[in-house]
Formats: sequence, C-alpha cells, structure tokens
Amino acid sequence: MAELQLKDLYDGFRNPEVIQGFAKLINEEAKKLSRPINIMEVCGGHTHSIMKFGLPQLLPENINFIHGPGCPVCIMPKERIDHAYILAELDDTILVTLGDMIKVPGSHGSLQDARAKGADVRFVYSPLDTLKIAQENPDKKVIFFAIGFETTTPMTTSLIDIVIKKEIKNIFFHINHVTVPEVMVELIDSRDEHVDSYNNRIDAFLGPSHVSVITGSKIYEKFPKEYNRPVVVAGFEPVDIMEAILMILRQFNEGRCELEVEYKRLVSYDGNTIAQALIEKYFEKASLFKWRGLGNVPKSGYKLKEEFAFLDAEHIYSDILPKEEIEDHKLCICGDILRGMAKPNECTIFGTACKPQTPLGSCMVSSEGACAAYYKYGNLL
Amino acid sequence: MCLSIPSKVVKIDKERNVAVVDTMGVTREAGLDLMQEDEVKIGDYVLLHIGFVMNKIDEEDALESLKVYNEILEKLDEEERRQLVQEDDNCPNRGA
Ligand code: SF4
Ligand code: SF4
Repeated sequence: MAELQLKDLYDGFRNPEVIQGFAKLINEEAKKLSRPINIMEVCGGHTHSIMKFGLPQLLPENINFIHGPGCPVCIMPKERIDHAYILAELDDTILVTLGDMIKVPGSHGSLQDARAKGADVRFVYSPLDTLKIAQENPDKKVIFFAIGFETTTPMTTSLIDIVIKKEIKNIFFHINHVTVPEVMVELIDSRDEHVDSYNNRIDAFLGPSHVSVITGSKIYEKFPKEYNRPVVVAGFEPVDIMEAILMILRQFNEGRCELEVEYKRLVSYDGNTIAQALIEKYFEKASLFKWRGLGNVPKSGYKLKEEFAFLDAEHIYSDILPKEEIEDHKLCICGDILRGMAKPNECTIFGTACKPQTPLGSCMVSSEGACAAYYKYGNLL
Repeated sequence: MCLSIPSKVVKIDKERNVAVVDTMGVTREAGLDLMQEDEVKIGDYVLLHIGFVMNKIDEEDALESLKVYNEILEKLDEEERRQLVQEDDNCPNRGA
C-alpha cells in the first residue's frame, strides 16, 4: 500500500474484518478491567457511527457508551429558535441557516413552519451561499442564523471577514456558536452529584474529532490532568472508534490517564491556526449560553465583539427579540440523555408521541441526535 | 452536522480561492479561506465541512494506520488458525 487512494479512505476505515479484529482485542483487554467503563462520545457524529455500524453489539458487557450533547442542532434552546422565527417573519428580511435547523421546533413552530406561513427562510449548504442571496436581494436584510460547535464557527467568521472586506451592507448575523470543553466540564461536574442515584458516570471521553481538527487536541488537555478522565480523539469511521476504545481500555489497564489522538491523519496538537485566528478576531466568549436540556453553561458560547455590533442582529433587533427562558416538554428527558444519565428508549414518549417526523425534543430532531439514532438503528440494539 | 467524507482535490481556482473536489465521484466546490496560501494542492486529500476545506488529510498517517490495521488482521488470522488447530487436536469425537 504505497500510495493512498480515495478508496482506502472510504473503505479502509470501514473494513468489517478490521472492525472484528478490534472487537477481539477489545474483548481481551476488557477481561482485565477491574470495573465496568462508561465512555462518553460527546459528538453526535460518533453516536451516529456507533449506531449505524452496530458497535455496541461487538463490545463486552463491561463497556458502555454514554451519548453526549451531540449536535449543535440538538442543543439549541427554543428561545434562540424563536429569535430566528421572529426575524424571519419581518417583511424586509431573509433568514438564512444551515439545513439541519429546518425542523427544530421553537415555541411558535419550526423555521419550516415559518416558511410555510410565508416567511422568507432559506436553508443553505454553506455560509458562503449567503453572499449570493444578499447580492440577488439588495433591498432585503439577509440574516445568517449561525449555529455549530468549534467545527463550524470559523466558517461563519470567514463569511464575516468577506462581508467586512467587501463592505457588503445587507448581511447580518445571529450567533449561536458553542464550545465543547466547557460543556464537558459541566457534564462531569453535574454527573458526580448523581453517581449514586443513577449508578452511572463518565469514565472517559471519545474526543469530538472534527472539533479538534479546528482547535487541535490541546483543548482536552485538562481532562486527564485536572478531572482524571482520559480523552482519546477519534475519527468518525467505525474502525477509528474501535481503535479509540481499545486505546482507552489500555490506558485503564496500564494505569495511565492521558490525552491521546487516534485521528492523527487530521488532528494535530495545535489545530487549524488560521481558523482560530479568525474566531479570535471577531468573537469573544459570552458569559452564558443556554443549552437545550442542560441549562446555562458558563463561557460555552461565542458572541460578536462589541466593535462588530453593527453586524449583530441580536443587538440590532434587541427591541423585538424576547429574553425569557422557555421550558421543554415536560415528558422529554433530553436533559438526562445529554448528561449520560438515561438512554433514549427510557423516555416514555420515545417512538410514540415523539418520532423523527413529529419530534418533541431536540434529541429526535437532528438526524445525529441520540433519540433519532436509536429510532433509526434501534433494531441493532 | 459534519459527517464529512474525505475528498480529493482535482482543481484549484486561485482567483476565487476555491478548490474543486471529488467526493465519492461527486464533484463540488469548497472554499480555501481556512487554509494557508498554497497549502492545498491538486491530488491532496482533504476534509470538507459546510463548503470549506477544514484540513488536509495526512497521507503518511493514514497509510500508517491502514498498515497497522492490516497487521492486526494478519495476526488475528494466524491466532485464529492456531486456535482452530488446537480445538481440532482436543476434539473428543476423533477417537484416539
Ligand atoms: S463535530 Fe460535527 S457531528 Fe460532532 S457535534 Fe460537532 S457538528 Fe455535530
Ligand atoms: S424521545 Fe423525544 S421527547 Fe423523549 S427524550 Fe428523546 S427527543 Fe425528548
């Protein structure tokens, strides 16, 4: 295998025999464990692969997955969606956002509903598509409803950069970018109080891989050091995940607690420094961001720096955007699922009142959400 | 949101700072604004996210990983084979 082919990158990391090979090694290693290990995959991309490739079936009983906060779409609180809805309803605006946000219910309905009622809502594949929409609609204010973890944040700042450099006057931003390490701390802290009652705790993390492509692996350094939780940054392919699990088990059996990178083909220690510089240039940390199901998490979100307030839709429209917090559906246990305290099928309305076609909670909304993954691949459980 | 599949760079439009990439036979464009100038070349493997190239795939590391995986396979097969032989040796039905 002298030269890499695109095919190797598709098939090589999905090879069923290699997955089986890792399953054997994991089973051998797991026999040496002194207690069961709960591994949280923070990222919805991992949850999706784990379910799609039926990985829980291949693992011994003393290895459990805990499904973490997952995706930017899952954690978007209703009040932020309401903001988008209200902005979209204005006569002179076009609201632009990424496709996944389409079905997420706010308290007035989803953006899809807003569009059905005549609001101009556009779903784009890339933030850059906003440029074309703005150019074709010079008399409209185009508002980019920006969502996403660290993975997606630099793409928004790249659009901001272009808007400023090209002096485009009709693009504005509603920023909802969130950051992973802060919520991981929150999950560890909130877990510990409940260890006894839930008999469930996070022993190790699979590091969200694409987040780390941007940030570098360095953002997880404090977890082994200060919180005594190993982190292995893993790719999204099933072989990547299996290898990372093996790496975690070896750490436990060898008495190590470290940050390791399985996904070296894309993740370096420092990450993408150009992307980081762009974020630094335009954004600063907001004091709080409310995560759907998890509540307020300090310093876990970004906002535009004050000098760019002229681009900030939240600032410009502050008169008409509500500030009250909104509770979730009372039967929805997304909060517990995101904290790793419950599994989707423990929700009493899972698959009945709440399904992908009629989602009541965020975990069912995004195709990468834990409930959606259980619904789709549940027969593999 | 970002189950990105690896892509191969087939063309670069310097003026627009955009790469044309091949993802499983599908051709599409991706912005190069998050990459150093001249960092991405034709023939490189890259990871895309919402219309941008996020990073180059380190070929050497990818090849190294695939090599290790193959070794695991080979080793396991050998072990499996030995196991099968041993089981066969101990087989009570063979009649000594
Ligand atoms: S890294 Fe991608 S898949 Fe994972 S949570 Fe972030 S956006 Fe979702
Ligand atoms: S099944 Fe629906 S209501 Fe229940 S936890 Fe999941 S998203 Fe929430």
